[in-house]
Amino acid sequence: MAYDDDAPHHAPQTFLTKYVWCQDHKVIAIQYASTAITVGIVGVVLSNLMRLQLGFPGYFEFINPERYYQFVTMHGMIMVIYLLTALFLGGFGNYLIPLMVGARDMVFPYLNMLSFWVYLLSVIVLMASFFAPGGPTGAGWTLYPPQAILPGTPGHDWGIILMLVSLLIFIVATTMGGLNYVTTVLQARTKGMTLLRMPLSVWGIFVATILALLAFPALFVSGVMMLLDKTLGTSFFMPALLSMGQATGYKGGSPLLFQHLFWFFGHPEVYIVALPAFGIVSDLISVHARKSIFGYRTMVWAIVVIGALSFVVWAHHMFVSGMNPWFGFFFATSTLIIAVPTAIKVYNWVLTLWRGDIHLSVPMLFTLAFLLTFLSGGLTGLFLGNVSVDIPLSGTYFVVAHFHMVMGVAPLLVVFGAIYHWFPKVSGRMLDDRLGRLHFWVTFLGTYAIYFPMHYLGVLGMPRRYYNFDDYAFIPPSAHALNTFITVAALIVGAAQLVFVFNLVWSTFRGARASANPWRAASLEWFTPETPPVHNNWGAQLPVVHRWAYAYGVPGAPEDFVAQNAPPEAGGMEPEAHAGAGKPQEAPA
Amino acid sequence: MAIAIALVVIVIGSVVFHLLSPWWLTPLASNWAQMDHTLTITLVITGLFFVVINLFVAYALVRFRHRPGRRASAQPESRRLEHWLIGVSTVGIVLLLAPGLVVYADYVHPPPDALVLEVLGRQWQWHYRFAGAGGRLGRSDARHVSANNPFGLDPDDPLAHDDVLIVGNEVHLPLGRPVKVLLRSHDVLHDFYVPPFRARMNIVPGQVTSFWFTPTQAGRFEAMCAQLCGVGHHNMRGYVVVEAPEAFQAWLGAQTTFAAARAPKPVAAAAVGAAAAGAAPGADALVTQGQALAQSKGCVACHTIDGKPGVGPTWKGLFGKTETLADGSTVVIDEAALKTEIRTPQARLVKGFPPVMPALEMSDDELAALVAYIRAQAPR
Repeated sequence: MAYDDDAPHHAPQTFLTKYVWCQDHKVIAIQYASTAITVGIVGVVLSNLMRLQLGFPGYFEFINPERYYQFVTMHGMIMVIYLLTALFLGGFGNYLIPLMVGARDMVFPYLNMLSFWVYLLSVIVLMASFFAPGGPTGAGWTLYPPQAILPGTPGHDWGIILMLVSLLIFIVATTMGGLNYVTTVLQARTKGMTLLRMPLSVWGIFVATILALLAFPALFVSGVMMLLDKTLGTSFFMPALLSMGQATGYKGGSPLLFQHLFWFFGHPEVYIVALPAFGIVSDLISVHARKSIFGYRTMVWAIVVIGALSFVVWAHHMFVSGMNPWFGFFFATSTLIIAVPTAIKVYNWVLTLWRGDIHLSVPMLFTLAFLLTFLSGGLTGLFLGNVSVDIPLSGTYFVVAHFHMVMGVAPLLVVFGAIYHWFPKVSGRMLDDRLGRLHFWVTFLGTYAIYFPMHYLGVLGMPRRYYNFDDYAFIPPSAHALNTFITVAALIVGAAQLVFVFNLVWSTFRGARASANPWRAASLEWFTPETPPVHNNWGAQLPVVHRWAYAYGVPGAPEDFVAQNAPPEAGGMEPEAHAGAGKPQEAPA
Repeated sequence: MAIAIALVVIVIGSVVFHLLSPWWLTPLASNWAQMDHTLTITLVITGLFFVVINLFVAYALVRFRHRPGRRASAQPESRRLEHWLIGVSTVGIVLLLAPGLVVYADYVHPPPDALVLEVLGRQWQWHYRFAGAGGRLGRSDARHVSANNPFGLDPDDPLAHDDVLIVGNEVHLPLGRPVKVLLRSHDVLHDFYVPPFRARMNIVPGQVTSFWFTPTQAGRFEAMCAQLCGVGHHNMRGYVVVEAPEAFQAWLGAQTTFAAARAPKPVAAAAVGAAAAGAAPGADALVTQGQALAQSKGCVACHTIDGKPGVGPTWKGLFGKTETLADGSTVVIDEAALKTEIRTPQARLVKGFPPVMPALEMSDDELAALVAYIRAQAPR
């Protein structure tokens, strides 16, 4: 086990080895996060361009239908894959796992470094498609064939090829990173850090990584198959068909095969983003409510069960796809079953607040905003998961509103909360509180103002991925007015993210100095000898863990928390595994 | 405490918004009232959870806010409470799922006596087909698709010959009779979506998909595509006219069969449809016929007549204009140039537009009418 290896590794010496070709998980985390946030800003700009067209159709001549569909597609792919997946696993996973489990680094540091550079390459290839002949693909982020590779869809030549190649490269990067995270969690935990003492952040990232390792191969093979269909004229996904009125050489393939492969990846992907958010938000709510997370073991099991179930619900994205309609019964049932462990998580977050000592810090505000947003998005999932309710709503703005709430805004609120929470550890400085609150209020209220009314446009029957809604008689003028309102809200929320970026940059250099543990948290990452932690994290001796990460409000303890690595006499042990009632041990008087 | 107030305001605001919202389901025009009912059940149950949980959070925020000297309770779990909550959630889920599955069981069982309608989706227009006197649709295949056989019907299949073909974007249906819709495409994915009918399904090339519904309201309903099918997706317009069975039969009787459409002459009247067929060949009538063609052939999916940007060049002021082509040369758009563009759209391209225009089957008479219509969009 790695905790026998107490001898520190040699720290890198030169600028190049320290900040560029760096194998330190913390630097790699920052590289991952900075890249993801940068590409995320591109994604936000694209969404605002899209909204300009929807809110003010015809006013902006440069947004023609081709560009509109390219914006839609690139926005979706960037946000889901290159921002959220990369940020949660590559960013937070890299930073938090070794520090939270008490390791000196990831177990394969070189592979870890390679993972980032390969990720960066995938981003460069993706961005290159903006400059390719014909521009990026406009097939929608789901890239459904046949239209993804046929004329009639923007970027059907270079755009789609670059998109697929970029995804393949991204999957290589994720696999290298993922193997590392899983192995580190399993092999490099410090003495006393049992699996059931790990913070839920680590549990969320750990299970999400396993999902990624199992789900991304489905996207990988479908990407390779579509590339072959495009470049060599194979027919994996292409039946005999006509393109622009002319016969093609394709024959015998199945478009539905792609959809099954895509969603076999795509649904776990939702949880690849959501589970780290679940984990992190559990930690934030516990620290800032000064109370141990309610039902820790149930929370762990919920994460594991949700992860497992996420592999048997994929076809709820395909209720009206034309697959055998009898599948609908199974996938509606499995989908609604997954709501039970998810509901448990919501209850336990809420119950953590009960009888807490709630500090409304900026991370806590984002956590509370996550609760409301996730609840809203989760509940609308019960509409879409229930097959006969889904039939009229499928493919409408109801779906857009639902998934933005549940896997767009909700995880991003966690990202923000987490950055405000861990920034002092990463940089040694606090993020500015007033800018943080401004950013919070605009983002929270603004996103709700965008997506809550949007459901109603979907119920009305307005389909998504429409360049405009001119001259449809069933759409009243008020719906166009509502679209304009949503666009204005989206522009304001987009602008508010500049406040956040400014805060990040400004505070990195000018922020108030942070103490080693400004939130008085109990988990291990706050007890590094140095802040920010230096290479090897722990100095000469690895920490030894004696309790779980949620020892808050321990009766009789001098402070209202007990560090994970405080001596056993300090009390605050986790509930006994078989104690039944789960009474916490008290500290000796 | 602003956050607690915000939560309460959001909860109340959401409920008020819902009650006052002018945006809700389009008036139902089919038998699927049950779908609307399951939606309502789902809304009530989930709405209840939303309101209760958020108000509980708001209350907890106020009651357990930090005050000097306060310390949190140390109770880390309660098996009993967790079991109760699991139980309540499970009951809620069953209440949602059970009615949903019952409705879905109906959805997958089309009535055996349903009228069969085939919808053919193509970039970016709709065609329709009914079985003829034989009562069964003939075979079709992408291999057979040609300029005068857009459905790809098998000429060797006797069943195909009496199939009634509607090469326009509007179809009629009889009121009160179940309709089983078979969906077919020879190019990419589509989705035949008429919001007031609720029922719908994707269209997948290489296979036939289906759904069923019974029209219960007379009227003319807009059909749209709800599965991204390329740059003209948002303009793939169709219409479903629901009318009394007698009127439907009269309309159906006036449509052309596959055999008649393949007969040497006259083709023009058949394809344009009854509306333009009786028109005198005067100039205005030609323009009117061209307008009908622009609709039925799907031209309007990409070409606007009001100058707004579209997938292709707007027709407003196009005639007589000098356009720059992709290769840098210029051409004056006159009658000959328009005819060349329409007959062989891929041969040369106007600069700045994607090479996506399909070559559509069109007789010389139809072409003349369409050009007359485009010409009428030029300033006089």
